[in-house]
Amino acid sequence: MDYITTMGLEVHTELSTKTKIFCSCSTEFGGEPNTHVCEVCSGMPGTLPVLNEQVVEYAIRVGLATNCEITRYNKFDRKNYFYPDLPKAYQVSQLYLPICRNGHIDIEVGGKKKSIRIHEIHMEEDAGKLIHDPWDDTTLVDFNRCGVPLLEIVSEPDFETGEEVIAYLTKLKAILQYTGVSDCKMEQGSLRADVNLSVRPSTTTELGTRTEMKNINSFKAIARAIEGERKRQIEVLEEGGRVIQETRRWDDNKGASFAMRSKENAQDYRYFPEPDLVPVEISEKWIERVRKEMPELPDAKKARYLAEYGLPEYDVDIITGSKYLVEIFETALDACHEAKEVSNWIMGEVLRMATETKTEVEDIQFDFANLGKLILLVKKNIINRPTAKEVFEKMFTDNVDPEQYVKENGLEMLQDDNLVREVVVRVLADNPKSIAEWKEGNEKVTRFLMGQCMKQLKGKANPGTVNDVIAEELAKM
Amino acid sequence: MDEMKWTALEAGRRIRAHEIGVEELTKACLDEIKKTNDTYHSFITICEQEAMAQAKKVQKGIDDGTLTSPLAGVPMAVKDNMCTKGIETTCASKILTGFRPFYSSTAVHRLEEAGAVILGKLNMDEFAMGSTSETSFYGPVVNPWGEQRSPGGSSGGSAAAVAAQQVFYTLGSDTGGSIRQPASFCGVTGLKPTYGAVSRYGLIAYASSLDQIGPVGKNVEDIAEVLHIISGHDPKDSTSVDAPAIKTVLTGDIQGMRIGIPKEYFGEGLQKDVKDRVLEAAKKLEELGAVVEEFSMPEIDYAIPTYYIIACAEASSNLSRFDGVKYGYAPTEYKDLTDLYYKARSQGFGMEVKRRIMIGAFVLSSGYYDAYYKKALQVKAVIKQSFDRAFEKFDCILSPTAPTTALRLGESLSDPLKMYLGDIYTVSVNLAGLPSLVVPCGFDCEGLPVGLQLTGKAFSESTLLNAGYAYQQATQYHKITPFAAGKEA
Repeated sequence: MDYITTMGLEVHTELSTKTKIFCSCSTEFGGEPNTHVCEVCSGMPGTLPVLNEQVVEYAIRVGLATNCEITRYNKFDRKNYFYPDLPKAYQVSQLYLPICRNGHIDIEVGGKKKSIRIHEIHMEEDAGKLIHDPWDDTTLVDFNRCGVPLLEIVSEPDFETGEEVIAYLTKLKAILQYTGVSDCKMEQGSLRADVNLSVRPSTTTELGTRTEMKNINSFKAIARAIEGERKRQIEVLEEGGRVIQETRRWDDNKGASFAMRSKENAQDYRYFPEPDLVPVEISEKWIERVRKEMPELPDAKKARYLAEYGLPEYDVDIITGSKYLVEIFETALDACHEAKEVSNWIMGEVLRMATETKTEVEDIQFDFANLGKLILLVKKNIINRPTAKEVFEKMFTDNVDPEQYVKENGLEMLQDDNLVREVVVRVLADNPKSIAEWKEGNEKVTRFLMGQCMKQLKGKANPGTVNDVIAEELAKM
Repeated sequence: MDEMKWTALEAGRRIRAHEIGVEELTKACLDEIKKTNDTYHSFITICEQEAMAQAKKVQKGIDDGTLTSPLAGVPMAVKDNMCTKGIETTCASKILTGFRPFYSSTAVHRLEEAGAVILGKLNMDEFAMGSTSETSFYGPVVNPWGEQRSPGGSSGGSAAAVAAQQVFYTLGSDTGGSIRQPASFCGVTGLKPTYGAVSRYGLIAYASSLDQIGPVGKNVEDIAEVLHIISGHDPKDSTSVDAPAIKTVLTGDIQGMRIGIPKEYFGEGLQKDVKDRVLEAAKKLEELGAVVEEFSMPEIDYAIPTYYIIACAEASSNLSRFDGVKYGYAPTEYKDLTDLYYKARSQGFGMEVKRRIMIGAFVLSSGYYDAYYKKALQVKAVIKQSFDRAFEKFDCILSPTAPTTALRLGESLSDPLKMYLGDIYTVSVNLAGLPSLVVPCGFDCEGLPVGLQLTGKAFSESTLLNAGYAYQQATQYHKITPFAAGKEA
């Protein structure tokens, strides 16, 4: 039987505000346990929250970037539950009046466009982290993350394939990065996704029972989790069983999901309005200002790159999919005005070096304007391409200035045509066998001769010139 | 001792006139407390060392002219639900045993900056839940007006310490009448300020939307001065209103003041002596120039259920953090995390606290939220509107504070519903977030004090204090002490 998969996504993103949502502690990742903590974020008795307005500003940005309606009169609610990583025993969140509603993000999979609806986006605080020490069987709590601002972005159940989910997450990640609200480092937990998934026979229209898979933290793992859970549910149904509504944990190493808790005896969070915070009113003026300050978003940027620079769509998708690649592209472009070249360098050498050195795109460190300078060096025939690649590696690893580096290491191409001709004549004289073969019609020997010449010229000649001179000299034979 | 009879402002005047040293006065108070605390149990913690150190520091500040507050150097004490840096803060609960905050509540901090000398932490109902100060883990407070009598609650220690002349003034907190009813029962003056007038930062929450810190003292002049120090916007409390400190100029002129008497407040259940004293007080105010008129406020019938739903709901969430993990009481043995929570909370909380947590968890649970909590919020809005309408006509509303005078110890503990009903005249003021002043207005046939309650519109503290001041200028009730009345316990 054919089955249709239906999925909805809940994405949590940690905002990159300097301070926490309700106190002035730093949100910086890492740090010794419990060093970014005060009486407020550790929930000590008598303390009160004071809202960081930057969080509201960021939420408005994301709301506008995802075509949402912005709630003018906002309130916070308490979500009550006991857990040692939650020192107040309630999480301040938004249930009744979330800040953004009814938006959408447009994706494209295999040339097919689709709009994924956003149900809501709400603001809330992160919890702390439990560290279990199996050696002496104790659990320690680190409150550094406690009170870091989060946005929860809840989609409608509009996904049918894992590819759609990944396309959506890629686009959402780009939006969050472009708007500067989050660095979206999945490995640090600043972007986490919960997948709600159900399957149903294609012959019915009624949705099946869904399960929720929590906190899967890489795109690849999400794709595997979706495939695994889809198969599991279909197997359950095929065997005549019933899917249980529950939360499941995806174990990426084992390639299987495990039941965490059943939703059928669901926890009652006893939500009620947070009395310690006053309502936040968002004025038209505020929204308009945020709208005006909004940077160019991924879709607009893609359209512009295609129209203005005539780049291949595939390359544009990759580059505009990451704020960091865009930054490299635009900075280098400013320095050389060679869009096509910059794009080729990013798609080629930049990504190759990143993979080779196991560097995340956001951690690429070199001065991006140098890439533009390097491109100009090639364009002006000061260095040739093989040299340029060598210089780039140095730029990537040691952030050298290409102009200076070329000069200091004497990598400029020879501009002396007489010297080239001298070398070519000598090489031809030294290789009568090759000339004989050439005369018999073996064109390939020119490549060998070329190599010999370049070797003698220490690779510094313009290969075009060398090629031309070889052709000229051979013609004389 | 004679100096203990002084008002707070008089003590302050004498300190500044160098008639008495701050350390000397502090020592005198500490001696008095140590001598009498076994009788009244008004203090949970006496912080002698900290008090003497602060007294020394304050004396220096007064001498070099840096401390100029009229209350600089005057010894006082704080209800034990306000955090005091380095000093154990228990909320009269076993579950906070040993909890020493590393921060002070804003009200306490502002008083200390003004030169207040804090002598200790005052006994109260556990987590301010109760109307008799009997639910304290540290045992009940005794009313200085009679050894068999409760001082009221939850700020029973705050009122009893002033009545017993252990300190010159105190801070209490009022969620449903917890400053006013004890002030009434103990024959002292107490003010519940407008919600948002005094920062709640560092006040261990019972019901966040209703809690408010306020002063208890010997007369209106003293508490007006305390209010001036503790009120005003605090950036650490978002619900504290962006307004300056409340400074009241007491003129005693109430000519033309319009005072409303809600007739529903004088119906069934009101002790006759209390009714008579309060109506006599209304007459006195009329003589002083006020225009007194009866009116109707039927919404009072809904006040108690509305109050208990909202207060318990918030309490059930506010008190969830006491789980035995980070501070306070923790059981020594437990099987797992759930068992730790279970034991810490079963053993750490008292009966009344558990009852309110249960009620609160129930009214918030899914399926009941709309019927209880949401409905209560709607009624709260109705009650507020009813006050708004009254204040279109009146400058303040005059009523009894409680249906009775001080209850006998143990009388209501076995019957919580009876205790809840005793809050009938006070809780609606908290639901509407209004300021309300209680001043002594005479005695019942057994010689127990009766308190008059004056409630005003938001931020009309100055109007209320002025009315209270006019009344105290014309009467002597606030000057009568349990000792002068021959009622020494």
